[in-house]
Amino acid sequence: MKYGYYPGCSLERNARAYHDSTMAISKPLNLEFVEVDDWNCCGATEYIALNKIPAFALISRNLALAADQNIGENLVAPCSACYLNLKKADHYLAETPDLKQKVDTALEAGGLQYQPGSINVQHLLETLVLDVGFEAIEEQVQKPLYNLKVAPYYGCLVPRPAAMDSFDDPEHPMSLDKLIEKLGATVVDFPLKAQCCGGHMTQISEDTALELIRHLLKNAADNEADMIATICPMCQLNLDAYQDAVNARFGTDYHIPIVYFTQLMGLAFGIPAKKLGFGKEIVSSRAALEKISDEAPQPVKKSKKVQKTSGLPMPIMIEEG
Amino acid sequence: MTDSLTSRPPTFYDEVVAETLGLAENLKTCLQCGTCSGSCPSGPDMDYSPRTIFAMIDAGMKDEVLRSNTSWYCVSCYYCTVRCPQEIPITDLMYSLKRMSIQAGHYQEADLDKAPEFSETFMNFVENNGRSFELGIATRYHLRYHPLGAIKLATGMGLKLFTKGRMDITPTKIKNISQLKSILNKAKELGGAA
Repeated sequence: MKYGYYPGCSLERNARAYHDSTMAISKPLNLEFVEVDDWNCCGATEYIALNKIPAFALISRNLALAADQNIGENLVAPCSACYLNLKKADHYLAETPDLKQKVDTALEAGGLQYQPGSINVQHLLETLVLDVGFEAIEEQVQKPLYNLKVAPYYGCLVPRPAAMDSFDDPEHPMSLDKLIEKLGATVVDFPLKAQCCGGHMTQISEDTALELIRHLLKNAADNEADMIATICPMCQLNLDAYQDAVNARFGTDYHIPIVYFTQLMGLAFGIPAKKLGFGKEIVSSRAALEKISDEAPQPVKKSKKVQKTSGLPMPIMIEEG
Repeated sequence: MTDSLTSRPPTFYDEVVAETLGLAENLKTCLQCGTCSGSCPSGPDMDYSPRTIFAMIDAGMKDEVLRSNTSWYCVSCYYCTVRCPQEIPITDLMYSLKRMSIQAGHYQEADLDKAPEFSETFMNFVENNGRSFELGIATRYHLRYHPLGAIKLATGMGLKLFTKGRMDITPTKIKNISQLKSILNKAKELGGAA
């Protein structure tokens, strides 16, 4: 299967492990990712706060390039912010004639054009779960991650792409949980799995960001996770690089490695850790990875849980006895 | 624009709705239920909760709304948006308030006036290179706005990221930067540069 690929600025350097592991797992899964030539930054969460029309024009240049380069109609973005911005631009261009007219005029100034709907923007998790599928992923598992306890972390922008349909539940997403289970790892309860990592607040209001990061680390630690698996470069950076700052601020002692889900997939596929970008994380994952055993853990008899189908995400209470 | 449809001049409420994409007109159906405020991870840091801000917009309290730090504390998590029973695009409304507060020149009065400076520093690199450049953004932003932060960054986390090979020391430029600049310049003419 051939896909257009929009890495985004983070994957070029800071989140290189995400890019490398994505490329490494693409081969066994028979995926061909063709990078959009000369793509530009999506503006993250910054440009839309400053200037609306330029923000949409900036994003739309990428959509126009992707549509023009004959790399297929599906465009895959591994970064949550890139995914949301690309998807949002396509969506709003289609439903807002005034915006489309202005963006068209701006693109024309660069000799480009874009027809909304001609590119289908997907997050990498969506591509892997829906297009490749759990079965095909499971078939590639050569070294199951037995005994490794993983907290699946979705963050905000993938489960909640605003007014647009999400491929997973906005409050209780499960796709990453299921994927990690297929790798042989143990998925721990992680009630805050779709909560915010603080985004750019680490730069603007550290107090706000550190508190949100602390919540997430505590929740993963309380549920005895060996590591947190993320699908977003911003989440990885905040939880990994600011873990020391959280410990210093709150007198805690967290050492929870934060890895990309694609790195875990690669490991389970038998790809050497070095090719997957392990070692680039600031909180080392070495000790956690040494817990992986050759033998499957004994299945734990699950206690009955209170069924909740809707409402606010609350910790699930385990019934007595 | 709504003023052609009514005999009265556009109110602040009309301006906010007109600036916002999507179903912004749903704002008129706000129940004041407070689901947005209760869902907001940074709500406790805000001058006014999102629910209060919507009541203030309705009451035409333009100056107070655009001077408040509320929209600048929005972390863009979209919980309010997906939970709002009236399907009001709240996160997008917060972005509109950010833009309007910059245009009105009020943001410097909010106690989070570093937020737009960060966005501007970030975008300055993107406009000139086509790509973001973390080291440059962080250095320029911190040096200009809080030098102590720059020292902390250079000796602490920045150094760690650098030694892990996770930080570029020079910006990357896209090939056709002149095309991008033409597009953005035209867009600014059409959109009214902030």
